[in-house]
Amino acid sequence: MGPKGDDGPGRPPSTRLDLVDDRAPLESVHNGLPTSRALVPFPADERPAEPAEDVRQSDVDEWGRSERMRSLARRIYDPVYRHWFRVEWEGLEKIPVDGGALLVANHAAAVPSDAPVIMHGIETELQRPVYGLADNYFRQLPVVGTLWSRLGGLPGHPDNAYRLLAEQGQLVLVFPEGTKGPAKLYRERYQLRRFGRGGFIEIAMRAGVPVIPIAVMGAEESMPTLVRVPTVARMIGTPYFPITANMLAFGPLGAGVYFPAKFKLRVLDPVHFDVTPGQERYSRSRVMEESEAIRDQIQDALYDMLRNRRSVWFG
Amino acid sequence: MVREPSRRILVTGLGTFWGGRVAQALEQDPDIEVIVGLDTTEPTVELERTEYVRVDANYSILARIVRAARIDTIIHTFLIVDPTQMSQRAMHEINVIGTMNLFAAASSPGSTVRNVIVKSSTMVYGCAPEDPVFFAEDTARSRRAVTPVERSLEAVEGYVRDFAEDNPHVNVCLLRFANVIGEEIETPLTRALGLPVVPSLLGFDPRFQFVHEHDVVRSLLFTLESGLPGVYNVAGDGMLPWSEVAAICGKRTVALPPMGTAWLVAPLARVGLVDLPDEYLQLLRFGRGVDNRRLKQLGFRYQYDSAEAVRAYVEAVRLRRTVGDHSPSYRYERDVEQFFRHSPAVIRE
Repeated sequence: MGPKGDDGPGRPPSTRLDLVDDRAPLESVHNGLPTSRALVPFPADERPAEPAEDVRQSDVDEWGRSERMRSLARRIYDPVYRHWFRVEWEGLEKIPVDGGALLVANHAAAVPSDAPVIMHGIETELQRPVYGLADNYFRQLPVVGTLWSRLGGLPGHPDNAYRLLAEQGQLVLVFPEGTKGPAKLYRERYQLRRFGRGGFIEIAMRAGVPVIPIAVMGAEESMPTLVRVPTVARMIGTPYFPITANMLAFGPLGAGVYFPAKFKLRVLDPVHFDVTPGQERYSRSRVMEESEAIRDQIQDALYDMLRNRRSVWFG
Repeated sequence: MVREPSRRILVTGLGTFWGGRVAQALEQDPDIEVIVGLDTTEPTVELERTEYVRVDANYSILARIVRAARIDTIIHTFLIVDPTQMSQRAMHEINVIGTMNLFAAASSPGSTVRNVIVKSSTMVYGCAPEDPVFFAEDTARSRRAVTPVERSLEAVEGYVRDFAEDNPHVNVCLLRFANVIGEEIETPLTRALGLPVVPSLLGFDPRFQFVHEHDVVRSLLFTLESGLPGVYNVAGDGMLPWSEVAAICGKRTVALPPMGTAWLVAPLARVGLVDLPDEYLQLLRFGRGVDNRRLKQLGFRYQYDSAEAVRAYVEAVRLRRTVGDHSPSYRYERDVEQFFRHSPAVIRE
């Protein structure tokens, strides 16, 4: 860049670039020092002045989500949602149509069937995207990891959740049980595991958004785990390795075919925390208390829904 | 703190891509009185008034130069981030020992140094499945650094921190650059994109963030001008999936098996087909994004986002393909340079 032989002192200022955005109040960071002097000049490059047309070819956003892929997936998944699981929602209006909120649900089925149901349901009913936080184990899987990312999944890092919730006002779905939820056996169904260390509460507090608990009924029966084989899990490096009823029924296909359990989802009242957002840390006891309370709410809602369920298949 | 503007500047790595370009840009500011450039090799770009001093890789005479030329500002660009360039040992000498000696000289008693700008890389964040989508300047890396480049950069940043702590009167600014792309620079990524088919990992399509080479120089000058201490990520807006980067370049990707990739690539590197060091293979798996807002908040304006930087690269490639590489070849001739700078026969304004 920059031939300089002919760039004498008489060089017109128009070829010089301002390094400073004049809209930004640089004075403030300069502690009142005058910043009027021309900044270090630098040879202009040959960049076209007219607004260049968009170079982008895909619509993958900064989180890895692609709306095109997502809508294709919705088209494919819709029959499953409507006719296989026959999903019914209760209290969907409690999910805001704009602004950030952290959706928290119970997690079940050996290959979790609840995340796609929740994401599909909210995206089709409310027409707004849902970003699902998952264990970063997902990211290490070829194909699956990439698909998951394009369909709105991302690694469950607190920074990701904070940025989505506080700065972009998005809906974020998280399963605080983590892999302990889908790893549990059929006889432990609808018994919520520990809610991690309450990290999701802290994120919601920091981001100043409500937590919206969702109780999901049906996922447990869609792919029940009969036994776990920890030796295989260790060998292939997965968090758990289940033998599911689906495997017995459908053979190898059982890894991807669910039983047509009737899905019912109940959205509980949003939980707001009256704390100052943006703090570095929140009281541990308060966080654990709130986390426990939300866990109890979901557990109670599940018991209530199960009391009213006549059939696993027909609701 | 009232800051004296930089007048007498020392640039390390004058013979490198960045050192030469920074010196060229500095030369155009008449307020800058002295530019001294250090390197082990001769400058590769034409310079008008920069004084080139040949030094050994670990700057043993640096303290004398700083004192003799009353250097007030050091721009440390001589950090190797491309492990294919040289042996591990040579890189360690340049990155770690060089930086150590540089800071030892800058903090010697009576040192006139008041500003230090270091050009580091977002490689210090590493690349792991546990990573956040955006690394902020104070986010810790997820896994321990294992590759030599990352470890040496970590050591360098440690020296920078120590120096800043021990010398509160010095403005220390550390810039971490994302993958650089543009018209001229050659990196393992541009070499990969230059292949007939672009290597990728089967089943992985991570997102990449780029910064254009002009924005790199501009950001160095911006921090020099504004004199702001601190750590800043420098990366264009937006992130592109690797497949899209290849598509913008008009290339197809060829998928390498995701298991045992390093093992497979090693013989290909030996015959010069693919040269992707471990850091880059890992990037092809998980990618890396950084939060670039801190520098923007100070008023820095990027000219290129990630996609535009890739476009600038591919346009330059197309041009070169048609008209050939016509960048002026320059050879440093000591006597000639000395004549223009110091001979009484030359009339200087």
